[in-house]
Amino acid sequence: MCAVRGLTKTYPAARGRRGAPATPEVRATDDVELDVRRGEIFGLLGPNGAGKSTLVRQLTGLMRPDRGTVEILGHDIVAHPERAARILAYLGQESSALDELTVSLAAETTGRLRGLDVRRARAERDAVLDELGLAPIADRPLKKLSGGQRRLACFAAALVGDRPLLVLDEPTTGMDPVARRAVWSAVDRRRAERGTTVLLVTHNVIEAETVLDRVAVLDRGRVIACDTPAGLKERVSGEVRVELVWRERAPLEVAEIAALRERAVESGRRWTLRLAPEEARAAVATVTGGAAFAALDDFTLATPSLEDVYLALGGAARQGLVKA
Amino acid sequence: MSVVPADVLAGATAVQERGAGRTAAAELGPRARLWPSLAAVYRAQLSRARVARIPLLFVATFQSVGIMIMMRGVVGGGGEARSVVAGASIVVVAYVALNLLAQYFGQLRASGGLDHYATLPVPPAAVVLGAAAAYASFTVPGTLVTAVFGCVLFGLPLGNLWVLVAVIPLAGAALSGLGAACGLLAPRPEHATLLGQLGMSAALLLGVLPPDHMPGVVRLARDLLPSTYGVEAYARTFAPRPDWAFVGIDMAVCAGVGVVSLAVATWAYRRAAVR
Repeated sequence: MCAVRGLTKTYPAARGRRGAPATPEVRATDDVELDVRRGEIFGLLGPNGAGKSTLVRQLTGLMRPDRGTVEILGHDIVAHPERAARILAYLGQESSALDELTVSLAAETTGRLRGLDVRRARAERDAVLDELGLAPIADRPLKKLSGGQRRLACFAAALVGDRPLLVLDEPTTGMDPVARRAVWSAVDRRRAERGTTVLLVTHNVIEAETVLDRVAVLDRGRVIACDTPAGLKERVSGEVRVELVWRERAPLEVAEIAALRERAVESGRRWTLRLAPEEARAAVATVTGGAAFAALDDFTLATPSLEDVYLALGGAARQGLVKA
Repeated sequence: MSVVPADVLAGATAVQERGAGRTAAAELGPRARLWPSLAAVYRAQLSRARVARIPLLFVATFQSVGIMIMMRGVVGGGGEARSVVAGASIVVVAYVALNLLAQYFGQLRASGGLDHYATLPVPPAAVVLGAAAAYASFTVPGTLVTAVFGCVLFGLPLGNLWVLVAVIPLAGAALSGLGAACGLLAPRPEHATLLGQLGMSAALLLGVLPPDHMPGVVRLARDLLPSTYGVEAYARTFAPRPDWAFVGIDMAVCAGVGVVSLAVATWAYRRAAVR
C-alpha cells in the first residue's frame, strides 16, 4: 500500500540572527523504512521533534526528501508529488485555511476541490456531518468553535471525497471522548466497508495502544521499532512501572529511597521507575511502611505502556509522550 | 476504539505485499478542474466576509471617506477634486486587494494553511484566482460608497460612475495579483504585511494627491504603480467630454499588470506549497 525506503531529509544549519541563536544541521528523517499494509491503522509514535510531521509531509508530497523513495498504491510520490493529492486525504495540524468558513462550507469546498461535482460534494458533506454529529453546528464558522469541535470539523473535511488512504496528523487533539469515539468509528466504518488505510501521527500513548494495528516508534528522525503495540510491549514485559509522588520532597534520609533515586526519572515531586517485579514489590513495601510513607502523597503500579517501550528502546526524550 | 483487526479485512491478506512496487499502480482520484474549483474557492473566500466583515468591508471605506473629508478643506474643485475622488476610490481597492490579500496569503503560508490546498488535487491557478477574485469583490461596496460620497462632496457629476464596473475588476486584478504575489513570496508573514502596507501607502499618497505639484521622481514612481492607471481611468471620466481612448488605454494597462501579476502569484503559490 505504502512503501518508504531510505527516506532522508536534512534541514540545513541556520545562521544565528539577532535574538535567535544559530541552529545546527538537523536530520529530521534519517533513512526511514516503512511498509504500511492495506486496511490497517498504522501509527507513527514519538515525542515532539521526533520527525513525525516531517515524515508525513514527505509522504503527502508536501516536502521533497533529499534521498529515498515513497511509493503509495504503486505511484512514485517523490517523482510525482502532485499524485499524492489524488490518492490520499491529509488532515494537518493547522486549520487556518478553513477557520473563517462554516463547518458545512469547509466540508463542501474541500469535497469540490477533491474533484466532486456540486451535487456529490453536498451529498457527501451532509452524510459526513451527520455521521460525526456535526449537523447542529454546520452553520457556525470554525473560528467560533472550541478546539476539539474545530478539529472534528477539519476531520469531516478530510473525509469528504473518498480516498483509499487517510493521513491524519494528531486528529484527536483537544477532543472530548464523544468526539474521539466519533472519529474512530468513522475510521472503522471506512476500513470495514472500503478497506481504507490510515496513517496516524500521534504522541498519545493510550490512543496508540488502543487504536493502532501497528506502530513505528520514531526518535530523532529514525524508526527505532516497528511492530504491533502488543508485540512492542512484550519487549519490556519483564518490567513494572512504579510511580511515586512525594508530598513535598523525597525522604532521602531513608537509605532504600536514596538507592531508588538513582534509577528514577524525576519530574518535580514525581518519580518514575521501571523495575523488575520483585524489585517493584520491595520498593512498594519500602514506601508504604515507616518514615517514607509519611512523605508519600500517591503511588501507582502499572504494566508497561508504549512510553516504557520508547524509553527502553533508547528514546532520547524523557518527556514528550502524552498519556491521556 | 478500533474493532476491526486489519488482517480479517476482505482483501487485506491478499495484498500484504512487501513494498507496493509489485502491484499495478492504482487508479488516481479525479483532478479538480479549473473553473469549478475556482468557483468553489471564490465562494468559500467570499463567505469569509461574514466572519471578517469589519476589516474586509468597512475599514477601507471609512479610511477613504475620511481622506476625502480632510482633502475637502485643501482642494478646491476641478482637476484636483477629480484626482482626490478617483484616488480615494481606488485606495479602497488597494487596501483590500493588495494589503489585506498580501497579509492573508502571508499568514496562510506561515501557519501551514497552504498545506490544505496543496494536498487537494486543485490547480494552483484556481486557488490564487479564486482568492484574488473574492478580494476584488470585497472592494465593490466600499469603492461605490466612496465614489458616490466623493462626487456629492466635491460636486462632481455622477453620470459616468458606471465606468467603475470595468475599473474595479481591472484594478482589482492588478492589485490583488500584486498582493497575492507579495504574500506568497515574502519569506515571513511580517514581510508580507509590510509589503502590503507599503503598497497601500504608495497607492494612497501617489493616488490621492493631485500629480501636478509632484516632483519628477515621484511622478515616475506614480507612473510605475498599477493603481495609478485605475485612478487615471476613473478621473478622466469626470471630464465634460471624456477621452475614452485614454480611459481604455489606462484600463488596458491595469489588465496587463493583472495578467502578469496573477501569473507570478500562481507561480509563487506553486513554489510556496511544496518545499
